[in-house]
Amino acid sequence: MKILVPLKRTADPDNANKVKVSPDGSRVTTDGMEPKLNPFDEYAVEAALRLTENGKVRIAGDSLTVCTFAPKEASQTLRQALAMGADNALLYVTDDAQLDGDLVARALAKVVGDTKPDLVLLGKQAVDGDSNQVGQLLAEYLQWPSATFAMSLDLAQDKKTLVVGREVDGGVVRLRLTLPAVVTVDLRIVGPRAVTNHVTPASFTYGDTARFAPLPAIIKAKTKPLAEAPLASLGVDLGLKSRYTAYALPAARKAGVKVKDVQELVQRLRTEAKVL
Amino acid sequence: MSKTLVIAEISGGRLKKTTLSAVAFARQAGQPFDILALGHDLGAAVEALRGYGAGAVKVCDHPGLKDYVGEHYTPTAAQVASAGGYSVVVCTASSFGKDLAPRVAARLGAGLASDISGVVRDGATLRYRRPMYAGNALGTMEVTTPVQAVTVRQAEFEAAAPSGGSSPTEAVAFAPSALAGRVEFLGFDEVKSERPELTEAGIVVSGGRSLKSSENFKNVLEPLVDALGAAMGASRAAVDAGYVPNDLQVGQTGKVVAPKLYFAVGISGAIQHLAGMKNSKTIVAINKDGEAPIFQVADYGLVADLFKAVPELTQAVLQARREQN
Ligand SMILES: Cc1cc2nc3c(=O)[nH]c(=O)nc-3n(C[C@H](O)[C@H](O)[C@H](O)COP(=O)(O)OP(=O)(O)OC[C@H]3O[C@@H](n4cnc5c(N)ncnc54)[C@H](O)[C@@H]3O)c2cc1C
Ligand SMILES: Nc1ncnc2c1ncn2[C@@H]1O[C@H](COP(=O)(O)O)[C@@H](O)[C@H]1O
Repeated sequence: MKILVPLKRTADPDNANKVKVSPDGSRVTTDGMEPKLNPFDEYAVEAALRLTENGKVRIAGDSLTVCTFAPKEASQTLRQALAMGADNALLYVTDDAQLDGDLVARALAKVVGDTKPDLVLLGKQAVDGDSNQVGQLLAEYLQWPSATFAMSLDLAQDKKTLVVGREVDGGVVRLRLTLPAVVTVDLRIVGPRAVTNHVTPASFTYGDTARFAPLPAIIKAKTKPLAEAPLASLGVDLGLKSRYTAYALPAARKAGVKVKDVQELVQRLRTEAKVL
Repeated sequence: MSKTLVIAEISGGRLKKTTLSAVAFARQAGQPFDILALGHDLGAAVEALRGYGAGAVKVCDHPGLKDYVGEHYTPTAAQVASAGGYSVVVCTASSFGKDLAPRVAARLGAGLASDISGVVRDGATLRYRRPMYAGNALGTMEVTTPVQAVTVRQAEFEAAAPSGGSSPTEAVAFAPSALAGRVEFLGFDEVKSERPELTEAGIVVSGGRSLKSSENFKNVLEPLVDALGAAMGASRAAVDAGYVPNDLQVGQTGKVVAPKLYFAVGISGAIQHLAGMKNSKTIVAINKDGEAPIFQVADYGLVADLFKAVPELTQAVLQARREQN
């Protein structure tokens, strides 16, 4: 089983309220915010690892490649995924402003053509652009079966099919995909029992989040293969289908009042806000 | 003249209210629009769709579309969109629209504006406003392809009201998917609830990790929810702990809501939670930590132990309701 996880580095999502907009409104600036692996991509890496290992040991012949389209500095983020357990990494160097979701998907289709994975696991959304589209676009461009918003994965013993639980409005849809396929993952894919490959014993319990890389793994990751090439080397049309013309900060909410007790709260909701 | 195609969301033969936000968008975009209904046994849903002023309601009623599967819906939607020469194809950004719209866009070679919160027409150009970075920045974007795909945020596009009249219906052919044999629909485990849907309710009461158990959600929070006739929501921490079902999660990666009144009960106010509720009209926070970030967005903050304050509030609401009657 060969898995490809495309991933993106994003400005620290836990401090997203620190993003700024340049005075002329032409750019969002994330100065001073630590670059982090997009949380959903971290979950995709974790899920990919769980699919390709027996407990903690990589299944012979299985592999996990991670890939990003980003400026050179993103090699740091790829190393983080390598430290978690990915085997090799691909960095296609470009500027973030030269990308849209459509180009990412078309470039990924090329990478898939070159590396021939059985499964592409992506995050459901990158939490900077909050676009939620690359996986769906990629599936169409490849004409591969796909499932978005995966909260569970069950890989058949023969590794030919994958049952995906999709978290949708009002419940969970289950689909059986014939591999190769494209899957985007949601938050709960890292639950202790969310991923089954019928190799890892049922008694083995995973944590309820993505794994932390211990120091030796971080050191080892420095020697794992990380190939760097310009995005243009993939031979995709670098044209974009959308562009941002301006950015702004949302109107700040006015700080409200603290009420002293429930009576005052109810009274204000009735007479002041007139919502009760 | 350019036209817009609204793809309706229909589940189990029933028209979902989400669709009406996409209709609201179509009206704002200021060009004639048609509606596409995909599914099986669509009689009632199609009847309902005829009342919104669409030029036509196009209908593909086919057993192959009984349950939503992206691969099964995309070819027909894309075929209708290209045959009809639509310049804009729109869905609401529910899990249905988020899944379908990019696929249709790829088929049409269309650029996509996803999860938009506003649209402005500038001559022939449509400009889309969309929240980014968990709502901490607003981008204005343009799609540069002749055909554009859009998904709209339900909380920002108020459901269109019927406009009277009765649009003609038109049957369209089912386009089978080459992938049909490689994606099999196994089932839908639906979470049923008697309460209003989160994204449609006028009042939402959300509980956090601090409720500590599903029993407390039931015994402490639910009476307040029901006294207010509200929908129930939750933080991710409460969902992850298994206190309530996943689809109650409010936030950047759950549901985005903007009711007239939102209660955050025992919720700290992490950025990801705020992204899903900070556009509510009036926000009330109940938290025992006076420094909790939720108070920075709350119109009314009550620093208190929820286990004491919520039952009191429930009684007060019931009392207020009695006085009104
Ligand atoms: C990729 C990603 C996506 C995420 N998406 C979402 C999302 O969509 N929605 C979301 O909600 N979160 C999301 N989160 C999680 C988010 O970061 C927070 O961890 C979460 O919102 C915290 O939930 P909470 O407020 O219930 O819990 P806590 O942060 O633990 O807060 C509990 C609060 O309850 C108060 N409290 C405790 N006891 C009492 C009491 N007896 N009475 C009154 N108050 C009390 C405490 O003072 C505290 O403020 C996401 C995280 C990541 C990484
Ligand atoms: N620049 C990029 N490089 C590699 N993968 C990406 C990039 N942008 C997005 N992705 C992948 O696509 C997913 C969805 O992103 P988006 O559609 O932009 O919200 C992410 O979670 C990543 O897995």
